Amino acid sequence: MDMSCTSTSIITATTMDNFILRALVAGIGIALIAGPLGCFIVWRRMAYFGDTLSHAALLGVAAGFALGVSPIAGVIMTCIAIGAVLLGVQSQSRVPTDTLLGILSHTALSFGLIALSFMDTVRVDLMGYLFGDILAVTTADIAWIYAGAVVILSGLLMIWRPLVALTIHADLAVAEGVPAHRIRIIFMLLIALTVALAMKIVGVLLISALLLIPTAAARRCASSPEQMALATVGLGVFAVTGGLYASLMWDLPSGPGIVAAATVIFVLSLLVGPRAFRSS
Amino acid sequence: MAALISLNGVGLSHGAKHILNHVDLAVDEREIVTLIGPNGAGKSSLVKIALGLEKPSQGQVTRRADLRIGYLPQRFAIDAALPMSVRRILTLTAKADDAMLREALREVGVENLIDASVHNLSGGELQRVMLARALIRRPNLLVLDEPTQNMDIGGSVECYQIIQRVRDRTNCGVLLVSHDLSIVMAATTRVYCLNGHVCCSGHPDDVSRDPEFLRMFGPTGAGTLAVYTHHHDHEHAPDGHVVHEHQHHHGHHHG
Repeated sequence: MDMSCTSTSIITATTMDNFILRALVAGIGIALIAGPLGCFIVWRRMAYFGDTLSHAALLGVAAGFALGVSPIAGVIMTCIAIGAVLLGVQSQSRVPTDTLLGILSHTALSFGLIALSFMDTVRVDLMGYLFGDILAVTTADIAWIYAGAVVILSGLLMIWRPLVALTIHADLAVAEGVPAHRIRIIFMLLIALTVALAMKIVGVLLISALLLIPTAAARRCASSPEQMALATVGLGVFAVTGGLYASLMWDLPSGPGIVAAATVIFVLSLLVGPRAFRSS
Repeated sequence: MAALISLNGVGLSHGAKHILNHVDLAVDEREIVTLIGPNGAGKSSLVKIALGLEKPSQGQVTRRADLRIGYLPQRFAIDAALPMSVRRILTLTAKADDAMLREALREVGVENLIDASVHNLSGGELQRVMLARALIRRPNLLVLDEPTQNMDIGGSVECYQIIQRVRDRTNCGVLLVSHDLSIVMAATTRVYCLNGHVCCSGHPDDVSRDPEFLRMFGPTGAGTLAVYTHHHDHEHAPDGHVVHEHQHHHGHHHG
């Protein structure tokens, strides 16, 4: 591949500058949301939960087409439905929760693919949904993302303190009057919304990477939950910028490029971070 | 005045499995009630019912209107991925200024740890911090689920002293769960020996001679039930040096 030619041709084309800018603005918007929410997913050891929701998103796309609503609305509805099921199954003990999440996750992905294959009348860019296409975001997408960011971040801010208490020790928090059930439902809704919004940027297969990797990198430079959330946002913005740059320079697929950039940051944080992860 | 909390005929079953059967238990102001029993006896379930975390299948739980519970849970591990200072964990669900935090930490002997990360604490230190956390809520009922786990004998003794001191100062009731049958706080007003149901209850000295108790724990186990009465001529500060000026004596003896 002639990398220098590719990058030069993209960068010199002035009409394309707008889509790069749009991609950057959209990516930063997602980093703003994914940072604080990703922290809770890591703290609450819910990585699999986020994974399952994002895989279910494809089913949501199909549902959106079937119902004649926008894919994003279909994804939000499906994620909320799956999230409700997940909240329910956590209290049963017949099948281990992680097994059940794995089953749900891949079942939802498969059913989504099957449903989409039946839809001859609509042309679905499957690769776009699986791996995202940040370079194709429209101004309307950006409006969705930032409106979503306002809703998600203010929702998270409202439940922040009780959610931290709940994360530290659920029984203790409940004994001290935290309305655990309501907080968990709101949190699940926020994750569902985030998955729906982030889908276009990194695709359903990589959303949970965007939620997890910057968070893991941020742990080493924080001494309070809030610091960690802010550091995660910072590193997420860094990953989006770096990933987009790499994608333009070397003609990489952009979603995976962002995740790869986040991983590079994570590895660097392991090498240079001042604070060691303590085991207890 | 009515009991702070009273359980009447409380039973709990999960499916066909009976965990608790017809338990009567009450804690009054100033009372220290110790709940002992083997693993799987239903101690933790009983605590959950008392706290309102679980609904009993049978019976009633009556809480006094002004009940404020300070709870120290049994297992406490904070995920290493969550950065958390002692100051922060103390104020998660309670509002308190710096002076109140220091006062509570001083009470349990770890004021120096106020700005430490909880991840750098030893098991015993974390347990003390969590006890301080319960005290900040100015409870009139302390529910302590195995407060002396992760503590050596000296630490346990000091922990019991702290509990007694708090009780003496605030007149709160204490519901204390212990799996350690060999030592029961001297100040315990009443011991409940639990094994699905209340096998026996009463003053520690009486319980240790109760045939039910002997049958449950065997003569060797039961024979070691020691009511902890002690005379210290010194105490250790948390950093290890001996503190002489604080002499501790019990005002009375049981027996």
